[in-house]
Amino acid sequence: MKYFPLLWGALWRRKPRTIYTGLSIVVAFLLFGLLQAFNTAINSGSEKSGADRLVTTGKYSLTQVLPYSYYQQIQNVEGVDRVTHASWFGGVYQTERNFFAQFPADVATYLELYPEILLPVDQKQAMLQTKTGAIVAKTLADRFGWKVGDRIPIQATIWPKADGANAWEFDLVGIFDARTAAERAQQEMMLFHHDYFDEARKFGKGTVGWFITLVEDPSQMNEVAARIDAMFANSPSPVKTQTEKAFNQAFIKQLGDIGFIISSIMGAVLFTLLMLTGNTMMQSVRDRVPELAVLKTIGFRDGQVLTLVLAESALMCLVSAALGVGLAAILIPVMTPHLPGGFAGMELRPQTWLHAMAIASLLALLVGALPALRAMRLDIVNALAAH
Amino acid sequence: MSDRPVDDPIIRLENVSKHYVRGHQRVEVLHSLSVDVERGDFLALMGPSGSGKTTLLNLIGGLDRPSAGSVTVCGQRLETLSSGGLAAWRARHVGFIFQFYHLLPVLTAAKNVELPLLLTRLNAAQRARHVEAALAIVGLSDRARHKPGELSGGQQQRVAIARALVADPELIVCDEPTGDLDRDTADQVLGFLRELADLGKTIVMVTHDPKAADYATHRLHLDKGQLVEAVGRDGHRA
Ligand SMILES: Nc1ncnc2c1ncn2[C@@H]1O[C@H](COP(=O)(O)OP(=O)(O)OP(=O)(O)O)[C@@H](O)[C@H]1O
Ligand SMILES: [Mg+2]
Repeated sequence: MKYFPLLWGALWRRKPRTIYTGLSIVVAFLLFGLLQAFNTAINSGSEKSGADRLVTTGKYSLTQVLPYSYYQQIQNVEGVDRVTHASWFGGVYQTERNFFAQFPADVATYLELYPEILLPVDQKQAMLQTKTGAIVAKTLADRFGWKVGDRIPIQATIWPKADGANAWEFDLVGIFDARTAAERAQQEMMLFHHDYFDEARKFGKGTVGWFITLVEDPSQMNEVAARIDAMFANSPSPVKTQTEKAFNQAFIKQLGDIGFIISSIMGAVLFTLLMLTGNTMMQSVRDRVPELAVLKTIGFRDGQVLTLVLAESALMCLVSAALGVGLAAILIPVMTPHLPGGFAGMELRPQTWLHAMAIASLLALLVGALPALRAMRLDIVNALAAH
Repeated sequence: MSDRPVDDPIIRLENVSKHYVRGHQRVEVLHSLSVDVERGDFLALMGPSGSGKTTLLNLIGGLDRPSAGSVTVCGQRLETLSSGGLAAWRARHVGFIFQFYHLLPVLTAAKNVELPLLLTRLNAAQRARHVEAALAIVGLSDRARHKPGELSGGQQQRVAIARALVADPELIVCDEPTGDLDRDTADQVLGFLRELADLGKTIVMVTHDPKAADYATHRLHLDKGQLVEAVGRDGHRA
């Protein structure tokens, strides 16, 4: 610690250069923090979602529809508490940029299986009594300025009506919220009645997209899933049943490997940082050749000079990285209310701090090694003679 | 070392030669040079530019090694030490003063003076006391918190002197300590060096300036790698 003034002084020898380099590191780690938090948001749905729910889909594809008759059959499987179902509507509101999920579902049971969906009782009653009714997430209502009583036109891309028209209309009777930010992100959707959908659509009648099952005993999930799969194994529409968590993870995988994309971005950023910071450190040692020679003259050993330069590099990298991640920690809660629901679960985890510090340490070592070796090998007589 | 009599010379050079190799060329700088310096001497090392004064000073201060011969300083044969051992030896026994002060620009005067003490076992309070005392000796107690850039050349050199003496070395080597100073300031700095010599420090000073050499108790002239003239006590000490 007694060497700290020496370190600190060396760091601030060229203020603009240190500030410029430090800021670059701060910005890079701010980006790192934000991307990691975003990654957390993407994955939070899958990690936090109902531990005791199973999802049954077509065995070979998520898009394969299943006979409605399975509904009753799954209900009779041993260990099953309750079942609901939903389908993928895939409609467009005004323009494709307004993408959000719409599910025709058995709304009454759906709301029972998803207690995290918070819908006022009167609106729930209204929904159950309105054939063409729909309920939407508050995040969507806010985004599009919808109010209860609005008629919402949705353009079908998969399911035309019996007359061949693609224009569907739903009466907005309820707006629901969720308990947590992560659940809010997970439940950003529109729900309407499967019965109305099935009756009005041109083809595909009598099918649903997937079933969601609540098991009686969460420790029996795998057994119940196996029983459901076995029941339809030899039918024309075999199924695959997995936990909701596994299902969501598989679904996220289909979106593309976000983690890989984030790693690639960070890789590029860190490489740039390596060049930039490395150059700064080299320059800094070059500028201080006579000063380092004086330290050696006074009696600092080669190893001490090496350590000093490495410590300087570590100080700059670690402090700046901490500032960057800290900035991300401050910004995330400020930002998320202004972002689409998918970002709602953004959160800076303790692991991200550890990751950042590990990366910063590696950076410090990589950019500090060469200048530190140079300082260590510095020949006193020549260095002093040159100045 | 313990069996050496106390009045052994503090510096003993025996047949010291030094050459540099530059490409295929061999530059002979010092030729088989022998000399003793007694404790408490203030030695002025003079000679034309390129005569090897700095080279000799570097050998005495343990910054460089001879090509041949033996250098014994403060009872230590320097050629027997490793580079790390030599660094530790310098920290214990030698203070250095340069023409261009070579203070660290980002540190205050006090922190500059403290540098050699960082290599000792002294704690922060003890270090602070030593620094205070050293700055008091050179009359700069009121400038302890100033950075070199806020001090005049003479003041910077006085800080450098404080740094050279703070760890209480037996030997102080100076390479043109007044080369960058005006007459009055130079006289002041030389006065300090003379005081240190009177306090029992051994001082070896390279200088071009005959007036500076007047402050010394002894003079040594280097020319073409040889000691051409060695003048004894010149009476200034009396
Ligand atoms: N590192 C080195 N490599 C090669 N030659 C050197 C080196 N250092 C000094 N010399 C040469 O050795 C000779 C003596 O140099 P030195 O610096 O000791 O002279 P000096 O007496 O201190 O001169 P000045 O009064 O100009 O400082 C010069 O010819 C110089 O060019
Ligand atoms: Mg010289």
